Amino acid sequence: MADNAREARPAGNSRRRFLKGCAAAGGVAAVAATGQRAEARETLQRPPEALGLLYDATLCVGCKACVAACKQANENPAEFSTVDKLWDTPLDTSGYTFNLIKMYRNGTMQTKDAEENGYAFMKTSCMHCADPSCVSACPVSAMTKNPQTGVVEYNADACIGCRYCVAACPFGIPKYQYDSPTGKIGKCELCRHRTKDGHYSACAEVCPTGATLYGRTEDLLAEAKRRLALKPGSVATFPRGKLGGADQSYEAYVGNYKQHVYGETEYGGTQVLKLSGVDFEKVGMPNLPPEAAAAHSETIQHTLYGGMLMPLAVLGALTFVAKRNVHHDDDEGGADDKTGAARKGEE
Amino acid sequence: MSRQNSSAAPVQHGAPAPVGGSLTNAATLVSGVLVAVMAAILIVRFVFGLGAVTNLNDGYPWGIWVVVDVVIGSAFACGGFSVAMLVYIFNKGEYHPLVRPALLASLFGYTLAGVGVIFDLGRWWNFWHIFWPGYANPNSVMFEVALCISAYIVVMWLEFSPTFFEKFGMAGAKKKLNKVLFFLVALGTVLPMMHQSSLGTLLVVMGVQINPLWQTQLLPLLFLLTAISIGYGVVLFESCVAASAYRRSIETHLLQPLARVMLGFLAFYLVVRFGDLVWRGALGEAFKPTVVALAFWIENALFVAPFLIVGSAGARRNPARLFLAGVALMLGGVFLRLNGFLIGYDTGPGWNYFPSVPELLVTIGMFAIEVLGYIIITRRFPVLPREVQPSRA
Repeated sequence: MADNAREARPAGNSRRRFLKGCAAAGGVAAVAATGQRAEARETLQRPPEALGLLYDATLCVGCKACVAACKQANENPAEFSTVDKLWDTPLDTSGYTFNLIKMYRNGTMQTKDAEENGYAFMKTSCMHCADPSCVSACPVSAMTKNPQTGVVEYNADACIGCRYCVAACPFGIPKYQYDSPTGKIGKCELCRHRTKDGHYSACAEVCPTGATLYGRTEDLLAEAKRRLALKPGSVATFPRGKLGGADQSYEAYVGNYKQHVYGETEYGGTQVLKLSGVDFEKVGMPNLPPEAAAAHSETIQHTLYGGMLMPLAVLGALTFVAKRNVHHDDDEGGADDKTGAARKGEE
Repeated sequence: MSRQNSSAAPVQHGAPAPVGGSLTNAATLVSGVLVAVMAAILIVRFVFGLGAVTNLNDGYPWGIWVVVDVVIGSAFACGGFSVAMLVYIFNKGEYHPLVRPALLASLFGYTLAGVGVIFDLGRWWNFWHIFWPGYANPNSVMFEVALCISAYIVVMWLEFSPTFFEKFGMAGAKKKLNKVLFFLVALGTVLPMMHQSSLGTLLVVMGVQINPLWQTQLLPLLFLLTAISIGYGVVLFESCVAASAYRRSIETHLLQPLARVMLGFLAFYLVVRFGDLVWRGALGEAFKPTVVALAFWIENALFVAPFLIVGSAGARRNPARLFLAGVALMLGGVFLRLNGFLIGYDTGPGWNYFPSVPELLVTIGMFAIEVLGYIIITRRFPVLPREVQPSRA
């Protein structure tokens, strides 16, 4: 090596050890970081009795009764976006708005559920993922998934307000109340606080067209697939309120559906399912792979820290190495200098 | 100004000794004012909420208090870990004089990152939940980061405590601590390896919201490698600044080979970084005409720059070049982290974030505390190697 003589060169012995150390550390780091595929944490699936919603955009008339009912059920204040502040006009979900109907517009907006020169509605609220990013992210178990109903539940008393759930959710659903010194996370919990009175999700209860339908996700998925198989423009029966509950069904024209049940497989599936006449990405639903990000994250996490084996092994190895190397230094309270280093080189 | 140490024994590198001198000067006064401003802003934040002083929103729930104060701040604070690893694990005793100053900077960086987290927590009074078995969620990357950083802060104070024992003449305590120092050193190496890599893993759960240029399963390795090399970059930077501010001679004979080690880590990093991009087929993103792509190239240009600045042995003899290489590397680390957490993070149309002035002033105030603390401790406690009259010059 043609290194300049003024660069401090270690003695050969020490150098070999240094290189060995480098190789060892590199190996540890490489194994640690890439992880073993065998231990991969699979994407979680919906529990069998999972509850959810089916939102059918072709049935939605944009009346926003669900938005008002959600506000009432969750005792949330109105949010204003107009100058006169006459009524609740949130522009997006927030710490105080857990459900919103958004609108897609194109060109002349003549035809409902048409991508070109059309308009369409889309519900924005928690999808209650089978493998939720927010639950995986939350360091203090404030965001949890109910093992029976699969509802993603929030506990403000546990929450530290780090907003990792807000950052992690691909649907932008958990929202924080930035205007308060004691702000909480706000999101749809499928009206779990209303079930003991025999109620179900307020948005589905009040929906006049059955565009938002409540029920077991498995049943909702079957209902969604039934609709996709119907002939567009024909007349069919559509349930309202709660699927499997009191019969409130009515007859309506079948929409021109995209042949895709959104939420069937996205991120391992969601408990809220959606049907639309307009491409889902155009109405704000992200294109997600079947593997959940939470599975990727926890695979890394568990590969590195499963049973704390890897950190303890590295700690053990480093303790051994450090024990050999540290004892020269500091003992004489300051004799540790260049000569100390040289002494070591001569060993 | 501070040359009263010339009576030291004529060894090339003496034991650590206080630099001495006045604590009242332009740097400490400016820092003091900045810290006071920060305190005032924080009062508003805690009384009226995060929205009152920050530009945080639900599209960008994490701003510079997280990304700069904690993620970047703790990476800058890796000097202690990087140098201690070199000295004690790789047995490069000749770097020993660099340990204490590097450890001091790390101690401040991490302690402040830990305190800074509290400013950002919306429900800070529940913070202890993270350490409480009933609440803790081991699946959460944030849980690992929080636990590990807290443990490391404690370990670093212990590692640094001989400095205080020396100052206050507590020889017995120092001797006891020295007996277990090897274990502290090992812990002090494992813990930062754990959380510096996890700071990268934090992004994985954000999934498709992170641009493919940064969203990879190798994030933990990328963040770990850059944290280590930034650690050496910070030592170059800090040694040069301390030398010029205290009018001491620069430890060039230590910094030269240190720069070589730094380049070694950096080269390995760049191979992994670009290998991963090519392997995942994500490099195409870098050639789109977007701000994100530009930020990617700035980031990587800064990581390549040290090779151009101090690539040759001759160049490494030039303190100005060592300083510049350190700065380039630090900035590269800044960009990698800003890009991953903010610039390459896209939650959909309509969301924007740029820090507010009060937000910036708090971050600046945090750095001011570090400067203030560094000056006070190096002037009053034995941290920097005892200065000898330059005989080589």
